[in-house]
Order: sequence, then structure tokens, then C-alpha cells
Amino acid sequence: MATEILMPALSPTMEEGTLAKWLVKEGDSVVSGDVIAEIETDKATMEFEAVDEGTIGKILIPEGSEGVKVNTPIAVLLEDGETADDLPQGQPGTPSAAQADAGNKAAAPAASAAPAAPAKAAATGNETAAPETDTTPDWPEGTTMKQQTVREALRDGMAEEMRRDDSVFLMGEEVAEYQGAYKISQGMLDEFGAKRVIDTPITEHGFAGIATGAAFGGLKPIVEFMTFNFAMQAIDHIINSAAKTLYMSGGQMGAPMVFRGPNGAAARVGAQHSQDYAAWYMQIPGLKVAMPYSASDAKGLMKTAIRDPNPVIFLENEILYGRSFDVPDIDDYTVPFGKARIWRTGSDVTLVSFGIGMTYALEAAEKLAEDGIDAEVIDLRTLRPMDTGAIIRSVMKTNRCVTIEEGWPQGSVGGYISSVLMQQAFDYLDAPVINCTGKDVPMPYAANLEKHALLTTDEVVAAAKDITYR
Amino acid sequence: MATRKAASKPNVSAEELKTYYREMLLIRRFEEKAGQLYGMGLIGGFCHLYIGQEAVVVGLEAAAEAGDKRVTSYRDHGHMLACGMDPNGVMAELTGREGGYSKGKGGSMHMFSKEKHFYGGHGIVGAQVPLGAGLAFADKYKDNGRVTFAYFGDGAANQGQVYETFNMAALWKLPCVFVIENNQYAMGTAQQRSTSSAEIYERGMAFGIPGQAVDGMDVLAVKEAGEKAVAHCRSGKGPYILEIKTYRYRGHSMSDPAKYRTREEVQKMRDERDPIEQVRDMLLTGKHATEDDLKAIDKDIKAIVNASAEFAKTSPEPALDELWTDIYAEVSPQEATA
Repeated sequence: MATEILMPALSPTMEEGTLAKWLVKEGDSVVSGDVIAEIETDKATMEFEAVDEGTIGKILIPEGSEGVKVNTPIAVLLEDGETADDLPQGQPGTPSAAQADAGNKAAAPAASAAPAAPAKAAATGNETAAPETDTTPDWPEGTTMKQQTVREALRDGMAEEMRRDDSVFLMGEEVAEYQGAYKISQGMLDEFGAKRVIDTPITEHGFAGIATGAAFGGLKPIVEFMTFNFAMQAIDHIINSAAKTLYMSGGQMGAPMVFRGPNGAAARVGAQHSQDYAAWYMQIPGLKVAMPYSASDAKGLMKTAIRDPNPVIFLENEILYGRSFDVPDIDDYTVPFGKARIWRTGSDVTLVSFGIGMTYALEAAEKLAEDGIDAEVIDLRTLRPMDTGAIIRSVMKTNRCVTIEEGWPQGSVGGYISSVLMQQAFDYLDAPVINCTGKDVPMPYAANLEKHALLTTDEVVAAAKDITYR
Repeated sequence: MATRKAASKPNVSAEELKTYYREMLLIRRFEEKAGQLYGMGLIGGFCHLYIGQEAVVVGLEAAAEAGDKRVTSYRDHGHMLACGMDPNGVMAELTGREGGYSKGKGGSMHMFSKEKHFYGGHGIVGAQVPLGAGLAFADKYKDNGRVTFAYFGDGAANQGQVYETFNMAALWKLPCVFVIENNQYAMGTAQQRSTSSAEIYERGMAFGIPGQAVDGMDVLAVKEAGEKAVAHCRSGKGPYILEIKTYRYRGHSMSDPAKYRTREEVQKMRDERDPIEQVRDMLLTGKHATEDDLKAIDKDIKAIVNASAEFAKTSPEPALDELWTDIYAEVSPQEATA
């Protein structure tokens, strides 16, 4: 029986990849362990090995094909005695080039949701007496936009600041020669050299302390944690050394630095690698906390973070790294801290989120619109400082609020927002504030359980309907 | 042992000896006064006295150059005085007053002076070790020839981050002198009950970091070792470890009854090894100073310490709105975003 060789998933978040090169041709025989192809994921080029032995009967996807979906048949392996003539005609998988194209478009749904224009249009149609929604765009009208992934935007943000200021340097595990575990620092070693792009040993507590000391000593370190899960080994230096020193020294010295890396759940990596730390760091006076969703915010906030004279926690997301968005093509694009972005104006309910939570918020808003519910969607962008004013102004108009985050419910960001609304906008609330969060469990590994543990768009839709009584 | 070995150090001038005597005495008297103010309720919280260990910081500061940096743990008053910080500002910080180095917001354990390159004053045991290596990292990055002294105790020497730091400091050849102030007790736990190695500095060998043990009751021995360590670091060869064997006469903190050692042990150390008495003997037996000369120094020191206590009592408490300052540094106008 001929077997199909399928496009493999070679990273926890890979949904598609490029079949860069075939290392075998039709008619070659292979045994288990032979490298048969090179496949580019969003992070790296990986060698793909044969699992079974046999003869390559047919190559279904030619080399150089981009956007090949995981599990697409890419070749057919024949057993001993079979020949290519034995292949049934119209083998499944042959039209996959077209499939791959479709996949490409589906992969970046948010890119089409250009934020500024629709928001403005809707704001003028606002009939309530509530204060004007601030939908001032982050870039001047008529700015040329370019498509960039969050990954590229983060790198550009760091690289621009390193060109601007010699005291900025990047350190972390695999940031230099490996080009970044998630390829965020791709090309930076080449440009800036080993003095400023520094591979560390696997020693989070130690290098977080050294970086903080370097900041005391007048440098501006960017510390990459391979993920924020590993930063728990370093959290003493983040909080006790970096965040508190300015206060403890009576303003004499502090730690101008950025701690960055992917935060929150990726995909199928289990409990120890899937935690959202937004609410943890948000609690600490002395820290600033940014958590971008879009590529333009990733870039603009990164540049602001590096220039900030305080320690900044910069929470990225592995799943967002590969998503593309419009990024303004202007010199020195920065985004201020403490200013939320209104992605969509609406009058029935306010959806507040940040980071990857925005994916659910925007999807939910679309679905709600189909049912005639007009949701306003706010991306906080920074959690400390937090633009609570934007939330309050929105709730004065909609009188209803749903918060959306992947973190746990107890001590959540949403819980804090609820208390702010209770204290500062109580009279404007027509319904309880609902906090949509991840489930109150360690992240399970099993695919179905993981899906169940994470927040879903349907939960957000249901919450919004609950409080709009629809 | 009753014969002090100090007299066999010929390469030291009378002026130098007098300086060390004076600086060590300042720390001792200052700490005695702090203990007294603590007893009066003028100093609160934790207060860790340095009495007995004075030769460590005075000897090492004698080996430092202007611009070199230092960072230490919470037993930090001696380091601050030795690097030239104002006794008034230190004492007023202990009493939590506006005139303190941190405007009263840091306290005994958290004091800093950018001017004197003193980077704290850290309350988390061992945390100052990577911070010190980071200061050295910054100096190496700037290629300014400066050296950092990272002080920690025999207790902190068992923290994992110390060895994470040794590894990186050796790997990156950071100009950092790791100073283990081994006063033999990690709070109440004697070294042999907590530490597998008899010689802690030998742990550096695993990382290729040279080091040595030093008699920490002998200020001249400390200075000599310090000069060697500093020369090593400044020449670009990377870090160096000094394990300075010292002894604290007082308890771990003010509330420590020190039941884990005998009175006789402490008394013997005071009688036979006291760092200040050793220098005093050298000055007198070498005829570098008369009893009257030393009395004049004592009097002078007493006046400085009394003045610091007076300042610390009379400096006002910080204004209530200080509660809300220094949490964030302001973004400078040229860095401000549009």
C-alpha cells in the first residue's frame, strides 16, 4: 500500500510552512531517518526525515512551495514491489497549491481590519451623550503602510533603537548565533556584533541580575526570556532589584531596561510553558507592562519601552509572532504608553482586551454584529500604565463591559478593570462586568482539553449577549 | 596567638596606618551609636552591625581607585562609610529621615550613592552578586578600566545565583572582585553546618576564577590581597575571588541573642585579633603615633559620630507626599514619544 507523506508540524504553533527543498527525487529509495526535505517554519529551517522505508513514488508538492498547510500530503511513498503506475489517479493532495494559497489569506484575518478608518466613521454616527471616543490614529493621515509580521516589527523596533543609542544591547538565550529561539533577533548579530547581541548560558536568575546591574551602571539592556515561563527563575531580580531600586534609592538610580519574550499559551506545550503573566507584573509599582497585539503596536511600543528610563515588562505572544498587520512606513514610529487603541467603535457593549485576547475580542465583535449587537473593542496595549479612562469613557456610552484575557480568573486583569468600573463608573453600568478568562486550571496537554481550557470567541459572544439581554 | 603578627609589615607609612585606624574606628563608633539609637527606638526594623569586620572594607577601599564601584548586602553601613559617604546621611537613613541617603525610603538595608559609586545595600541574600557582575559588565562594555567589588557573606555563598554569576563573569572576563566576607556564621548557622567546602574561594576553581583566602582581621593583609585582585581584574583577566575571613562581634541583627556561639569565642577574637587594636599596636610600637595622637583621633571620630546621631534625630521625617515620588523615573523630553 502506498502511503502519503504529510507536511509535518515542526513547532508548537506551526500551521503551515514552506517546502524549501526536496533532498530526494521520484524513484529514490529511502529508509527511516533519511533526510528527505527541508522545511521552513516560521522560526527555522528544519530537516524532515522519513519515518518509513520505501521508494518515493511521487512528489506532490514541488520545492519552493509556500504556505503548505500542516498535514497536506506532500509525497507518496511506495512499498517494495509497487511502482508509480500503481498510484491511483487524482491522488488526494494534488490541488494543494491552491489550498496553500487559501491558507495564506486565512492566516492573516486581522490584517484587513485597518483600525483607524472604520473607527472614525462609526464615531461620527454616535448618538449618545457620552464623551467623544478618542480614536485618534497613531499615525498621520495618508501614511504609507507596509505589511509586516509581529516578529519583524519587534526586530525592527529593537534594531532601530540600537542604531540610535549605543548603550542599548540585547542579551538572552540563543539571541545571537541561533538568531533567536523564535527568530525575533534575526540578523541582529550580523548588524550589531557580539558585543551588543549576547548569547547567555541557560541561567535566567543570573543573567537577569547581571542585566539589572548593567542598567544600574548606565546601560540599557534588553533581556530576552525564551519564554516568560522561565522568567519565574528571575522574578526576584525583576521585582526586587529592577522595579524597586529607584524608590529605595530616593530617586538616585534605577533600571532603564526591557524584559521581553513570549508570554501565555502557545500550543500543546503543557502547563509549565503556558502561563499568562500579565496580571502578575501589572501589580508591581516600579514596572511598566506592555502587551501588544498588532505589529504596529509591537514596534511602536518596543521603541517606547527601550527609551523609557524604567524597567518595562514586554509581553509578546508566540502565536502572534507570525501574524501580519499594517505597519506605518515612517521613520521613528513610536506608540505612547498608557493610551488604549479603539479598534472598533460601538454603542451596545464594550469589549476590553490586550495581546492575543484581542483575537477573541475582534472575532466576537464580528459575530455580535451579525446579530445586531454593536460592540466597541478596546485594546489596552499597556497594562501599566493602564488607560482606564478609555474604558470608562466607552462604558459611559455602552453601559456594559466584557473583559477578555487568556490568564486565570482569580486576581485577573479583568478583575481589576471591574473594580475600577465599580468605583468610577458605577452609575453608568446597566449590567455586571463579565470577565472572560482562561479556565482556572493548569494548562493540559491533550488537544481537546487544551482547547477547552483556553478562552473561546463563543464565550465572549455569550458573555456579551448575556449582559445585553439578547 | 596573643602576639599579634601585624608588626611584620614594613611597607606601610605612618600616615597610611593612621588613615586605616581612623576609618576603622569611624565604622566601629558609628555602629555602636547605631546600636544605641536602635535601642532607643530611633532606628526600626532590621539593623545589621558591622562591628569586627571593619578591616575588610577599609583594606579593600585602600586598594580601589576613584570611579571603582561597590555593591553589598544589607550589612552595609561599613561599606558606605569606607567609600566616603557622609555619616550624617547614613545615620539619618537609619532613622528614616528626610536627610537620609534615600530620603528615608530605603532604611538600613537599602542605601545608595551614585556620587560615591555605591550601588546598595540589597536585602535579598545573594542578589547583589549578579548585580555587581552587571556593574562590571557595564564598565567592560564602556571600556573604562573600572573594577567592581561585589561583597557577599559566607551565607550568600550558598545561593545558586552566585554560581550562575561566577560562570558568566569568567566566561565574559568581567572586571569584578567577588569579596566573600566570611564571618563564619550565616545568621545562626556556622559554616561547617551549612557549607560543604572549608575554603569557599576554592569554588571559583570550577569556573577558572583565581582566588585566595585572606586574614580579614589584618587590614594590611586585606589591602595587599585587594591590590592583587584589582590588578588582575583591571588587566582584563576577568574576575577574582577574595575570601576574607572575618568575624562579627554582634549578633546577626539587633534581635539576635547569638546563642549559637559562646561568649568566650567572641571574647577571644576581640582580645587577640581585633583589627583596630592591631593597627593601634603597630602605630604605638612602631612609634608612628603617641597615645595622645590616637586620643585626638578618637575624639575627632566621636564628634563626627555624635554629630551624625544629632543630625539623624533632628532631620525631619519625610513629607507625606514622598510616598508617591521616585516610583518611576520621568521620561526625558527628548525621549518623549509624539
